[in-house]
Amino acid sequence: MAARSLLIRKTLATVLRRDSAALGAPAAAHSRGLHTFTLPDLSYDYGALEPAISGEIMELHHKKHHQTYVTNYNKALEQLHDALPKGDASTIVKLQSAIKFNGGGHINHSIFWKNLAPVREGGGEPPKGSLGWAIDEHFGSFEKLVQKVNAEGAALQGSGWVWLGLDKELKRLVVETTANQDPLVTKGPGLVPLLGIDVWEHAYYLQYKNVRPDYLKNIWKVINWKYASEVYDNESS
Amino acid sequence: MSQETLEYHWGKHHRTYVENLNKQIVGTDLDGLSLEEVVVNSYNKGDLLPAFNNAAQVWNHDFFWESMKPRGSGGGKPSEDLLKLIDRDFGSFEGFVNEFKAAAQTQFGSGWVWFAYKDSRLDVGNAVNPLRSDEDKKLVVVKSPNAVNPLTWGYYYPLLTIDVWEHAYYIDFQNRRPDYISMFMDKLVSWEVVNSRFEKAKAAVEQMEQEDERKRRQEEERFTSDEAPANAVFPDSDTD
Repeated sequence: MAARSLLIRKTLATVLRRDSAALGAPAAAHSRGLHTFTLPDLSYDYGALEPAISGEIMELHHKKHHQTYVTNYNKALEQLHDALPKGDASTIVKLQSAIKFNGGGHINHSIFWKNLAPVREGGGEPPKGSLGWAIDEHFGSFEKLVQKVNAEGAALQGSGWVWLGLDKELKRLVVETTANQDPLVTKGPGLVPLLGIDVWEHAYYLQYKNVRPDYLKNIWKVINWKYASEVYDNESS
Repeated sequence: MSQETLEYHWGKHHRTYVENLNKQIVGTDLDGLSLEEVVVNSYNKGDLLPAFNNAAQVWNHDFFWESMKPRGSGGGKPSEDLLKLIDRDFGSFEGFVNEFKAAAQTQFGSGWVWFAYKDSRLDVGNAVNPLRSDEDKKLVVVKSPNAVNPLTWGYYYPLLTIDVWEHAYYIDFQNRRPDYISMFMDKLVSWEVVNSRFEKAKAAVEQMEQEDERKRRQEEERFTSDEAPANAVFPDSDTD
């Protein structure tokens, strides 16, 4: 009897821990009802996207920039969590820009890592199936889409992102840009990001310096269209 | 700030802004204007014209390079007058440095942070502040995104700036913007230039105040002269 309950307790603990890890929440915050975000792992090595994107950039981009967004997002959310029950209206409002900036950074980069894949895992292979047809329909050809994304990405002043998105309401593909870390949804609530390209200087500077157009030309060699197609298929049904 | 950074920042980024601006304004209304005029005109009260980004970035980078001096070429610190005002408006020199650093660290995305002398003029056409005092004119630290700069806001006299676009520090510091800012404040700021800008700003403000005085006196004289304007209303007159 005792042995059995020992076993059950151990299993429960493992389950709880496993669930916590899956949610990315350390036990303390989890018990307070506050979800803590964590840096997602890449499914490839830092150097696996070379020569399109250097390993040095990938490591800094993931371990430092994205991690900082996650850390500061959690900090801002904790402060919000404290301010809400107190009804501290001015703090709640003051935190909005930090939440948008850091939360947006976390959201956008989480998508970005999945938008990339090493060549030997299909990176660069143009989309087939329904997304491929949709691209031909809306842009004329895959090459025209690439041209449009590159033009908008190069023309973006300052920091931001260039997106290929699905407008769920109008049921069509769009190319959009957002400033700083604004997620695509800030350009329209019905917009779903399929592919985002980071055009902040930190995304390419060490390798391409001021020549953003070269970065844009080369990144297509490691774009993971399988992921974009999956999202497209799920969201357009 | 490494040579490599300067070669790219000055030699590529800044140069490209200059070349593109020249291409953009040739044959347009903006051609032939001074750089400051191009910046203010293309800002167009917030409805940016295409030339604004290049023009403002050219101006910003000119101002940035002039704000610095090579390491080891003498210390330099704020003049007595400037220091007095810094103490008044920031509590202490350290207070100013901390506020400047904090602003530079929290400018989300690309942009600039400015240390400026702000005039107290009301931004309402011909309105004149009737209770002008030296207290109203103050030193401030302000941030601006992308290419925007205080020229476009009016009544600001920039004294010092730091570029916090990532290209300004990425080669030397990668993501460590705070380290770049500290290095800039400790080793690169040319206080001689800042001091001289401050003197010019004070002189410009004084000149404008004298102009205001002169205009105000002119208006007064007009109304106290024997010839009253035809549409003048005299509430105490016996018209009925």
